[in-house]
Amino acid sequence: MVEFLSFRDGDAAQEPAVTVEAFTGQSNSTAVRIEAGEDARELLPHLDRLSLVEVNFPAFGDGRGYSAARILREAGYAGELRAVGDVLVDQIVAMRRCGFDSFHPAKPLDDEAVERALTRYADVYQKSVDGRAPIWAKRHPENIDG
Amino acid sequence: MYRYDSYDQSMVDARVEEFRDQVQRRLTGALTEDQFKPLRLMNGLYLQLHAYMLRIAIPYGTLSARQMRKLGEIAQKYDRGYGHFTTRQNLQYNWIKLADAPDILAELATIEMHAIQTSGNCIRNISSDQYAGVSADEVADPRPWAELLRQWSSFHPEFTYLPRKFKIAVIASDEDRAAMRLHDIGLKLVERHGAIGAEVYAGGGMGRTPMVAPLIRDFVPEDEIISYLEACLRVYNRYGRRDNKYKARIKILVHELGVEEYQRQVEEEFAHMRTLGLNPPVEELDRIRAFFAPPAYESDLTQDIDRSDPAFALWVDRQVATHKAAGYAIVNISLKPLSGIPGDASAEQIELVASLAEQYSLDEIRVTHAQNLVLPHVKKADLYAIWQKLDEAGLAEANLDLITDIIACPGLDYCALANARSIPLAQKIAQRFADAERQAELGELKLKISGCINACGHHHAGHIGILGVDRKGVENFQLLLGGSGADDASLGQITGPGFSEDGVIDAIEKVTDIYLAQREGDERFLDTYRRIGMKPFKEAIYG
Repeated sequence: MVEFLSFRDGDAAQEPAVTVEAFTGQSNSTAVRIEAGEDARELLPHLDRLSLVEVNFPAFGDGRGYSAARILREAGYAGELRAVGDVLVDQIVAMRRCGFDSFHPAKPLDDEAVERALTRYADVYQKSVDGRAPIWAKRHPENIDG
Repeated sequence: MYRYDSYDQSMVDARVEEFRDQVQRRLTGALTEDQFKPLRLMNGLYLQLHAYMLRIAIPYGTLSARQMRKLGEIAQKYDRGYGHFTTRQNLQYNWIKLADAPDILAELATIEMHAIQTSGNCIRNISSDQYAGVSADEVADPRPWAELLRQWSSFHPEFTYLPRKFKIAVIASDEDRAAMRLHDIGLKLVERHGAIGAEVYAGGGMGRTPMVAPLIRDFVPEDEIISYLEACLRVYNRYGRRDNKYKARIKILVHELGVEEYQRQVEEEFAHMRTLGLNPPVEELDRIRAFFAPPAYESDLTQDIDRSDPAFALWVDRQVATHKAAGYAIVNISLKPLSGIPGDASAEQIELVASLAEQYSLDEIRVTHAQNLVLPHVKKADLYAIWQKLDEAGLAEANLDLITDIIACPGLDYCALANARSIPLAQKIAQRFADAERQAELGELKLKISGCINACGHHHAGHIGILGVDRKGVENFQLLLGGSGADDASLGQITGPGFSEDGVIDAIEKVTDIYLAQREGDERFLDTYRRIGMKPFKEAIYG
């Protein structure tokens, strides 16, 4: 079983994350935690000083964190993006696709199940922020830049 | 018809294996029912009153003969010999064993079908016009767009845990045969300056708070439709209500924000989304379009139909619609026999329709949201032979859009959510109005029954709608008048206090009597209701 999962090179950020309100106030913190329902775009002016953003999933069915993650990556955030809370093995693939690169689930995950989930689907239908070429791009390589 | 390439096939095959693994873990006890539930629901498997129900996606309601045949075989092998066609153009099996579900999905994968996202709070099967590609009034075949959206919405990383389920319809005609404006998002293809794009409607739906979707954009070019939908969905995913599942559909968000504010937020997000390269190149839509190119129709076919058999002539007048190609016709097959279950078909009937499609309809079948079937490409010269075969199989009812062409949800006979039985009521109404002349006299009259407030039977959109409720442990039926799911979309109004099962049938009879007494000229029931209002009907019912 695994309690913390990272897809980043190097050590995970250790600094405790502060609330969005505290962070956008005047804290010098480099780590922030977004709760479901908070606007990830409030962080956009401060991305260059952030090294960790935690996104909390209060329940696996609450999908707001997927949008929060993608918004940060679309804006160019390159630091650690960590999913915390009710994170289940069946959500890992979608979370990876939305830009999460570390996971701290409330309940440990089965490593083998994670491995199976991550390798099960060879391709994806949509362009997202994970850099994977969608199926439509593979079908029309001549029309896709880069 | 669209055909999978190796990419599409591998996605579906991977899903089968994933689900087999999940079911195995459930059967061995490694997963509890609570843990398993969200997983099976993402694959259309519901635990109903008596057994598991498996919902199979029929993308935009189009099937080949081979696919149809397999659906019949599965009904025979794994169910009790029948299947149920639904208001979302899908098929449900009602008596499935959990251990068989992975094998069923594996069989479906061999014919390029699946149950992906037929339940759960995600983007559901895309629905469309059953006459797509064969009606003269469309600006383009909407199905290539629907297929593009099927692929885009499958396993979407951001939009798989939405506040609530999300239904999209695509049409391309002024006449709306798909209840487009009663979807979370409805797209209507239109032509502007020689280019095809979509009018976008958002925030329609039925359920306990029915709403007709307002227009939110009058034109989205075809090469930007994905980024525009991503914008619509992102605003919904972020701000749709999650505190109350009955207020979680997008219609509530659009209503609470107001149309203009929702539009403004979508436009802002769209301005951002269109910079991200999310849209497939037009070549991808062209690739899909090639699968839907019109078939090679024969020319110089006879336009004449021999109407010497009166029963056949009656059926032709009711069930056959105009095809865009000369010498061809569109055949509607009623799944509403007077004593049957709306939308049900036996394995033998499914097999018959498959072979008729093979022999007479260029291999194609459609499913309608009114729970009927369509053979879209039939030569007029073949109509009589088809009718004879349908008649032998109990499929030649001539009641399209008449009072006995009832939409009904499965109701309390199957469904764990229902408060009342829909099916026996539908059968009793059909019996009461069985007389063919009487039905013809009443003309177009769309009657829709839901066994609970979730409105799967589209009662809000019925010219006459019936809602089953539970009143102190007794089934009670409310009557609604004046709804429509067509291009003149409107929501029905409740007449007043509810009725017993027999009482509601008597009330319908009084309502139809008022219509016959008051109608002017060619008015349909709905037109008369709209002209004279609720009052005379109410007086007749309760007076």
